[in-house]
Amino acid sequence: MDQAALKQHFEEILPGLTFPENKQYPEVIVPVDKLRAFCDHLKNSQELLFDYLMCLTAVDWNDHFMVVYHLSSTIYHHTVVVKTRIGNRENPAVDTLSDIWKTAEFHEREVYDLFGISFINHPDMKRLFLEDDYGFPLRKDFTDESRMIVK
Amino acid sequence: MQDEVVKNIILGEDDNYIINVGPQHPSTHGVLRFEVSLQGETIKKVIPHCGYIHRGIEKMSERLTYPQIIHLTDRMDYLSAHMNNEAVCLCVEKALEVEVPERVLYIRTILNELNRIASHQLWWCAMGMDLGALTTFFYGLRDREKILDIFEESFGTRLIQSVNTPGGLMQDIHPGFQKRITEFIKYFRKKLPEYDQLLTGNVIFRERTEGIAIMTREDAVQYGVTGPSGRASGLSCDIRKIAPYGAYPRVSFKEVLRTEGDTLARYKVRIEEMYESMKILEQLTDNIPLGDYTAKMKAVIRLPAGEFYQRVETARGELGVYIVSDGNKTPYRIKFRAPNFSNLFVISKLAVGYKIADLIAISGSLDLVIPDIDR
Amino acid sequence: MDYEDFKDNETLELLKKSGGNILLSTIDNIINWGRSNSIWPLTFATSCCGIEMMAAGAPRHDFARFGVEVYRASPRQADVIVVAGTIVYKMAPVLKRLYDQMPDPKYVIAMGACAISGGPFYYNSYSVVRGVDQIIPVDVFIPGCPPRPEALIYGILQLQRKIKSEHNLSKSPKLPV
Repeated sequence: MDQAALKQHFEEILPGLTFPENKQYPEVIVPVDKLRAFCDHLKNSQELLFDYLMCLTAVDWNDHFMVVYHLSSTIYHHTVVVKTRIGNRENPAVDTLSDIWKTAEFHEREVYDLFGISFINHPDMKRLFLEDDYGFPLRKDFTDESRMIVK
Repeated sequence: MQDEVVKNIILGEDDNYIINVGPQHPSTHGVLRFEVSLQGETIKKVIPHCGYIHRGIEKMSERLTYPQIIHLTDRMDYLSAHMNNEAVCLCVEKALEVEVPERVLYIRTILNELNRIASHQLWWCAMGMDLGALTTFFYGLRDREKILDIFEESFGTRLIQSVNTPGGLMQDIHPGFQKRITEFIKYFRKKLPEYDQLLTGNVIFRERTEGIAIMTREDAVQYGVTGPSGRASGLSCDIRKIAPYGAYPRVSFKEVLRTEGDTLARYKVRIEEMYESMKILEQLTDNIPLGDYTAKMKAVIRLPAGEFYQRVETARGELGVYIVSDGNKTPYRIKFRAPNFSNLFVISKLAVGYKIADLIAISGSLDLVIPDIDR
Repeated sequence: MDYEDFKDNETLELLKKSGGNILLSTIDNIINWGRSNSIWPLTFATSCCGIEMMAAGAPRHDFARFGVEVYRASPRQADVIVVAGTIVYKMAPVLKRLYDQMPDPKYVIAMGACAISGGPFYYNSYSVVRGVDQIIPVDVFIPGCPPRPEALIYGILQLQRKIKSEHNLSKSPKLPV
């Protein structure tokens, strides 16, 4: 399916989404509470079949976080980027997608480790790389005088 | 939190014995720890613990300019260093919409394939050594030295070249480059069937790998396993065919697919990939066009504001580079979707029910390079 | 290799000076000769330098001809630990425990820029230990990123010279501080 057809299909399933223009892959921004239902549809619908989660990451934009999912289909070879915006900085949380795509379980642990975004209903929400009481290094306001030599 | 996990396993069955494999262990190809719960010799549960080489490359890159980031990407998956470099260069060139000269495309693809053969040779030598066949260590590294000689003559270093830069290459190749590659291919074509027969014809090797740890296609897609491990289960995921880059559209080669999905299939896919790489090299080596080795770029590279994603096929799977830029000369956020990160966690599903000695064969066949998991 | 081809001969001369009994220093020489010509390392490679360490054991730059016959997997059976690769804060207690488990006499070679001082990860990294000599005492430093296998062999030869100048039974010299 090409970009326009995908956009139309998304509008039909869930009205009220935002579509940023002029990007490399078709993008859609979904509100946090509707994310799980939307992704479930993307994986199971017969015309879309997005069964391969390429990349799950988060970006810290100083006043909000944006969690970015790159999805692709191994049958139709189309790609889409799903984003969701989290405004809460003290206690950011979003639904887990680990029962839809198994690989999301470990990518979400990494995002929790580096950013502090917790995933609701995740089977094993533990840190992956760093110690339990360390801060969240990839946030923009993170400093660590004892371990970092900043240049 | 660790105690809860341990308690769950202990309270479940009273025969379970927990052992630790690693982080320092001769056969884990780096520093990786497996926490294995055994009943007798059968594995009940495997939990991998990574993070023993987490260096914070993504955070460091937020203060480095794009040509400087290339030197760090080398050290992530150091056995396919050239392909890692190329991923960042292609992403930057796509964002700036720069056309690189034809010569650069050919040379980059040739270096990719040489790197792939060298990486698969080292995998073959390590896998044999893990299973106890020390002979493969000596044969594999001897032939790898010939490829490293070719690199050293043109670029000066053996393992980590960092010769790519946005816009092209940092220096041109040595005049004897093409001749040496042709000689190497002639030599290696005679040796590879011998090496293959050394392991595939060996009864012990076959008993240890045939029918062990079958990964279905559904598993491979769910866990995001790409590269030769995914192709051994029938998943067609070669980025060189799906989204080609460089000189790949101009060469013809076969994507190696197998359907059995066991350890022996993963072994055979890699051996056949070495043959395919040699085929690509034969098609490209004698036809390198003359011209510039780099396009004209500004002294300070600033990407326009926006987000860019580039996919590249390394020796172990699909590497994705995601750059979020806000117009400065350093990226706002750069994320590397590492192939080994996704390939690792499928072990907790594959190893259940087999013996502890099979765990080593499985992790050897998945071909993990640990610094790529942790970045 | 000839004596003139080595660098840093001045430190070696300082270590060698001794005044003492001819019997004890002959026994010393025999013990040192035995120890230096059969150094068995522990398999410890964290990142890229590990590949060059494997390549140094490979048929082209064979270092078994210098006495480094096999790699031992267990620290209880090893003489030297060649720290090849970056050490991060999560790995540091493991390294210290491995070093403590090795029996005396034990030596440490820091291979590569990451083990000497943090290497390319010196600035802006939040989890890299800047130099392995912050954790364990190092005998020989081998610079390079990664160092060539010939450099590793040179480092082992320097270690052999250092071992040959040790004083086990006779009196050790007072070194100027």
